[in-house]
Formats: sequence, C-alpha cells, structure tokens
Amino acid sequence: MSDAVKSGQATHYVMAPKRSFRPRLTLALDTLGAWTLAIVWIAPLLFAVWAAFHSTSDAVNFNLAGAWTLDNFRTAWDGAPWLRYFFNTFLLVTVVLAGQLVVTTLAGYAFAQFQFPGRDVLFIIVLLQLFILPEVLIVENYVMVSRLGMFDTVFGIGTPYWASAFGIFLMRQAFKSVPKELDEAARIEGCSWFGVLWRVYVPSAKPTYLAYALVSVSTHWNNFLWPLIVTNSETTRPLTVGLSLFGAPESGVNISVISAATIMSIAPLLIAFLLFQRQFVQAFLRAGIK
Amino acid sequence: MNDLARYERRRRIMYGWMLLSPALILLSLFAFIPSAMTFWSSLFSRGTRRNPSEFVGAGNYELLFADPTFSKVVVNNLIYAGVTIPVSIIIALAMALWANSKIPARGFVRTAFFTPTILPMIAAANIWLFFYTPGLGVLDQIGALFGFGSVNWLGRPETALWAVIIVTIWKEAGFFMIFYLAALQTIPPDLKEAADIEGASRWTYTRRIVLPLLMPTTIFVAVNALINSVKLIDHLFILTKGGPSDASKLVLYYIWELAFSYFDRPQAAALTVMVLLVLGITAAIKFIILDRRTHYQ
Repeated sequence: MSDAVKSGQATHYVMAPKRSFRPRLTLALDTLGAWTLAIVWIAPLLFAVWAAFHSTSDAVNFNLAGAWTLDNFRTAWDGAPWLRYFFNTFLLVTVVLAGQLVVTTLAGYAFAQFQFPGRDVLFIIVLLQLFILPEVLIVENYVMVSRLGMFDTVFGIGTPYWASAFGIFLMRQAFKSVPKELDEAARIEGCSWFGVLWRVYVPSAKPTYLAYALVSVSTHWNNFLWPLIVTNSETTRPLTVGLSLFGAPESGVNISVISAATIMSIAPLLIAFLLFQRQFVQAFLRAGIK
Repeated sequence: MNDLARYERRRRIMYGWMLLSPALILLSLFAFIPSAMTFWSSLFSRGTRRNPSEFVGAGNYELLFADPTFSKVVVNNLIYAGVTIPVSIIIALAMALWANSKIPARGFVRTAFFTPTILPMIAAANIWLFFYTPGLGVLDQIGALFGFGSVNWLGRPETALWAVIIVTIWKEAGFFMIFYLAALQTIPPDLKEAADIEGASRWTYTRRIVLPLLMPTTIFVAVNALINSVKLIDHLFILTKGGPSDASKLVLYYIWELAFSYFDRPQAAALTVMVLLVLGITAAIKFIILDRRTHYQ
C-alpha cells in the first residue's frame, strides 16, 4: 500500500517527489513539538541542578560562564541533620513496605482463593478505602495514632498505610491468575495453606511484588502531609519534612543552597529511576491498570 | 464423609477470616473508625475551658457555610480541579502520542516527560520557587527580555492559584502519559493501515479511532486526576501557604489549618465530612456507572 493509492485529496499528490513530502513534514512537526515540550518539561529540574552547582549571584544572573562549586552542598549539608533524615526516610519506606507486603499478601490470598460467606461484601468495603484517602482523614488519624501511643514514631507514620486497598486489589488479581492445578498439586504433596501461599502463590506473583514495591517506595519517599503532622522531632522526621523546614522562607536560606538541598534529597530516587527507568514505568503501569 | 466436608468448609471459612483479619483491623483503625469519628465530632461544638463541648447538630456546618474562607477555598478547589484535570489529560495525551511516534531521541523525550512524576511535591515546589521569585526568578528574567515588568507571581491574588496549578500539571501529566502510552500500544496496527487505505487523514484517524479506543484510559486518568485535585496540596506549604489572603488556599490545606493551626477540630471535621461525601459520590459513579460501561475492555 503506497501513499499514492490514497483516495480523496491524496490523488493530488500523484507526482512522485511530493509523495514522501507530507509524512516527512509531519515527522518534522512531531519532532519539533515533542522536543519543545520535553525541554520545557525537564528545564526546571535541569535548572535547579545547574543552580545548585553555582553561586547565588551566578545563578540568578544566568551567568553561564560562572564557576562550578560545591559550596552550596557544603552549606546545605551543615544546615540540617540530613544523614538522620535520610536514615529516617529509609527506615520509613522499609517499615511501610514490609508491613504492606505481609498484610496485602494475606488479604489478597484470602480474597482470591478462599470461599466464605460475606467475602464479596468485604471486598467492596476494602475497595471503599481507595476513596477514603488517608490524606483526608488527617485529623482523626492523628487522634488515633496519638491514642495508640505512636505519635512521632516511624510506626505512627507507617502503619496507617499497611492495609493498602490498592495493594490488596493488586495481590488478589495476581493470585487469581495462578492455575488451580498448581495449588491442588501442592496440597496433595502435603503443603499447609501457608506452604501453598509461600511456595506457589508468592513466587508466581514476583512481577507484581516488584511493581508494588517500586510504587510504594517512591510514594512514601515523597510523602509529606501525614509525616508532617505525626512527627515533631529530628529522630523521626523524614526527608520531605526536613526539606520543607530547611527551605522555609523564615530560615532565610538562599536559592542556590535550597536547590542544593533539593537535589541532594531527590538524588537517590532520581538516580535509581534513571538507571531502572523501564522497570519504574512498567511498575507504575502494572499498578495503575487493573 | 459429610462431616468431613463440613469440617473442611468450616476450616476454610476460618482461614479466610484469619487471613483477612490484619487488613480488616488496620482498615478499621485507620479508615473506618476515623471516618465515623469525623462525622461524630462534626456534630459537637468546640470545647473551651469555660464552655465544655456540647451537641450542636448541624451547627458546625452552618458555621462553615457562613465562613467566607470556606466558600473561597471551595471555589479555589473547583478552579484547581476544573483546570488541572482537563489540561493534564490533554498534555498527557499529546505526550503519549508523541512518545509513541517514530521521532528521533524518543527515549530522552519519554524520560523528560516522566521525570517530574518521581519527585516529591516539596522538591517540585522548591524548584518552581526559583521560577516564581519576583525580580530574580526565571520567569521575571524571561519577561524582562521582552520588556515586561517584575511580577510577584506567588504574592498576587490574581496569579497565586495559577502558579500552584502549573506546578500540579507539571507534576502529574507525565504520570498520566504512561497510561495513554500503554493503551496506544495495544491498538492494532491494522486499524492505521485500514484508515490509510480509506484515505483518512491523521486527524480523522486520531479523532475517530484512537480517541474512542482510549476512552477507558481517559476515565481512569480522570478519576485519578480528580483524586489528585483533592490531595495534591504539599506544594502550597512551600509556595504560598494558601495566601495571599486565601487566594490559593485549597480545601485539604484549609482542613489542616483549621485542625492544626486554629485547633478547631469540629470545623475541620465538618469540612472533612463534606470532602468524604464528594469522594463517596465519585466512588459510586466510578463503580456503578463507569465500570459497567467499560466492560468491553
């Protein structure tokens, strides 16, 4: 099928040289549009990186010839207990993910492979939580966490996210696709329900676990409002909250130093993303499309 | 034999509940009980040392409706949703169509679109702060090249909300793009060939074939964008703190402020109940109407 066969207005282009002109023009326009948007989209980040390595006066004057420096990073690093914040965030995402994996695996398994009365109603109740956002319930969750004695602890920040409806849903889908025969074979071999879960279901859902883990870690690495509310000390505060305090206008830090602190705190996740981009995108996709 | 079957059945019921119990306990503690408590505490007045808290029925809601800040934040949030949802959907779609076409350096283009998604909102706000700063900021410097004067983007009531909206769109469009990208890759190439044979223009092909096939994705993305328009407020803490004079204050930020700055929990609770209602209606529409209609996928 060549372009010349196109009916309608295409018959005007029967002459040979013009045939490939239109597709090439569209491609050129597409490229122009895509590149422009891509540059606009990435520019703020690139600019922040550039500013972080230059003195404030060079940065605000766009002095492209200005000398590169690490001074901003030094100033930023000395301005707040970053190592502690990094450790807190690391601990937080670990605690959240570990809890989520246990809770959602058990619940997903129950919903996928166990028949019992009330199961479908329960499933709908669980799905409701997709819309009762933890972010909206900050006031009463704060009361609850305080009552449980978990205020200003990593568990105070983490436990409300353990029973993630979204995770339960994902695990249920993954476990549902495991062939029944495998399950039965394992049972005949004498596996307990836990043995079946551990030896048959969990290994077969590995891609889902990976996807869920990536989404969970990047969500909680970036989470801000809830940690802001339930922490009030250096020993539990995660990076995002630390960064917001550091960058507060009241503290009078200049823009290059703020950029340095920002780049510093997003660097681990950003580098991981750039290295494993395909996996990240696949993970978000798998997690999003049900 | 019958006894054995009954025993087996009972055992499975027990296991089922046992497996679900951690999730159910946690969901009750951090979702259902707090929701009920929110409703309950929205019915009582704010207790002070002299006047202990008492039952006021709809009193808190009446107070809220009389509060000018309330109507301001609701209008702001409607604008926020009304702009961020369609604009990020359209940009996401354009990004996906481009990222799916055979342009040079496609990998770079995809990375550029997607990268803002993995940044924390706080970091995004810090980065954009640099753009919006009056006089020194990037926007003003670009404006100065064209002879515009300095504008305090974040400090003026007319522009503050828009500055916030732009950051949100920047943050979420790339995320929505990947869903469109995935959907585009499932469209069979024969459709494009058939359209070419019929002489359909690219625009007709996109409008009549691609867009309808992307409808389920659009619904999915729209629901997500709607939820984001309620919960994406972190950048307000850096950029505007809801100011100037509430010009960029959104509902969730106001809930936070009522509860943790003004210590007015009943008012915060009443506002939370309204947000939960809106989310509940959204959930109902999603589950009952949309999921039924998109079954064919």
